[in-house]
Amino acid sequence: MAEIVPLTDAVRDLVRDGDVVALEGFTHLIPHAVGHELIRQQRRDLTLVRMTPDIVYDQLIGMGCARKLVFSWGGNPGVGSLHRLRDAVEHDWPAPLELEEHSHAGMAAGYAAGASNFPFGIVRGYEGTDLSTRTNIAWITCPFTGERLAAVPAIRPDVGIIHAQRADAAGNVQLWGISGVQKEVVLGSRRSLVTVEEIVPELEPRPDAVLLPAWTVTAVSVAAGGAHPSYAHGYYDRDNAFYVRWDEISRDRDGFLEWMQRHVLETADLGEYQRLLQAREASTV
Amino acid sequence: MTEAEAASYTADEMMAVAAARRLEDGAVCFVGIGLPSRAANLARATHAPNCVLIYESGAIGAKPRHLPLSIGDGELAETADAVVSVPEIFSYWLQGGRIDVGFLGAAQIDRHGNLNSTVIGEYERPKVRLPGAGGAPEIAAWCRETFVMLRQTPRTFVERLDFLTTVGQPSDSNAPSARGGGVGVTCVVTDLGVFEPDPETRELTMTELFPDVTADDAREAAGWNLRIAAAIQLVQPPAIDELEALRALKPANQQTVSS
Repeated sequence: MAEIVPLTDAVRDLVRDGDVVALEGFTHLIPHAVGHELIRQQRRDLTLVRMTPDIVYDQLIGMGCARKLVFSWGGNPGVGSLHRLRDAVEHDWPAPLELEEHSHAGMAAGYAAGASNFPFGIVRGYEGTDLSTRTNIAWITCPFTGERLAAVPAIRPDVGIIHAQRADAAGNVQLWGISGVQKEVVLGSRRSLVTVEEIVPELEPRPDAVLLPAWTVTAVSVAAGGAHPSYAHGYYDRDNAFYVRWDEISRDRDGFLEWMQRHVLETADLGEYQRLLQAREASTV
Repeated sequence: MTEAEAASYTADEMMAVAAARRLEDGAVCFVGIGLPSRAANLARATHAPNCVLIYESGAIGAKPRHLPLSIGDGELAETADAVVSVPEIFSYWLQGGRIDVGFLGAAQIDRHGNLNSTVIGEYERPKVRLPGAGGAPEIAAWCRETFVMLRQTPRTFVERLDFLTTVGQPSDSNAPSARGGGVGVTCVVTDLGVFEPDPETRELTMTELFPDVTADDAREAAGWNLRIAAAIQLVQPPAIDELEALRALKPANQQTVSS
């Protein structure tokens, strides 16, 4: 049954050095506040799993938290490269980064298999590509039609982490809008952490919402604004300007480290980080 | 807009217009971000209002009023006919064979329409690490046909890809068409013109030239010995209504977008 705990405690108790950790959210509802807390608590040797490692993983990789990355598309959407991811792959800075890469369909099938407790998912892809020789797949033959298919191993992280709009006091989680692979990653992980915009006395049913019952979730933490610069549908918009700014902030190592030091390592928690960010924005307007 | 204003358009605008013209009204289109999204939204704003735009974030039938910066901007979900999960969009909709046109970008292309979006240089120690496959391999294999947009230089039009991320045209041994899939890349739009596969050899052949571009310009901007169609067509420059619609497609809450 989900426990409702402060974010710092949840990260301390659920994520260990060396764990396989998936922070999911396909553009929407990215658990940035958890990424920052992992950096503050200096987790190391993580295998980071995520379809679209954007800013949140650029920060974790640049701060030396990751040993391996499992992913399908690593860029700053609509803006360009992830400079910290590139520096790790191209120059081993701050540490070498092992890669396991898939297509989106491959990762999605792996997550669905993880949630279903199947050993693998199947994809009609990879055929004829160099990807098939570089990644962790196997070819299987359909027993009914003889069709050749790619088997992608199930993704079963030690910890699955997502952000959602809200939960009730019992820890039932409600999430709507673009829902990505969030349901799959929570159901497929050994432990799970869901940060939410707010905890409400009672969840009003919403058509099309994803509901994760409290008994499928290990911990729920309140992190209002915790998806920024991603967004929480119905609460706040995507901060597209920040994605553009990140290109500058992260471009060189010193500028990146200085920003992370000031905004993440020297802030105690999400609230302090948000106050600092708002003060800076007010002073630059 | 005056005719003089319409006469001054950028290469990117010509690309978007040429690609948009190729989308038929009513087509179900799986759209990548950047140049493809711009072209697909232009088509929807001009001659193809019934085009169904599908974004890999799960937005089906998105009708954005602004150009999205990412494939998962909130506006795509708000204006969509339906929003489904990522496993569902790739399994039921894409691999299920329900998409007419896939619309991709890439860093490199070869003469067979194969695409690289993974690395420049060696895989283990790349000169440039690119974002990776994303949805592209399955989009090219399972949409009925696929359009590609990329700027043409000897570094993007290469004899040999540094990495084959996405198969441009299914070969006989892996022909998805036999299983209900597509025919692969049928059209490549660059900043110099348009390429289509030769009906017999399947090699990409330049079939259309943009205004003020010569066949020699195109040859110089390619890393292989380009085939140019004997009856090459000259593309009409953007019409005033096309340019007006294109320039009205503004990004959501920021000033500039690099596509």
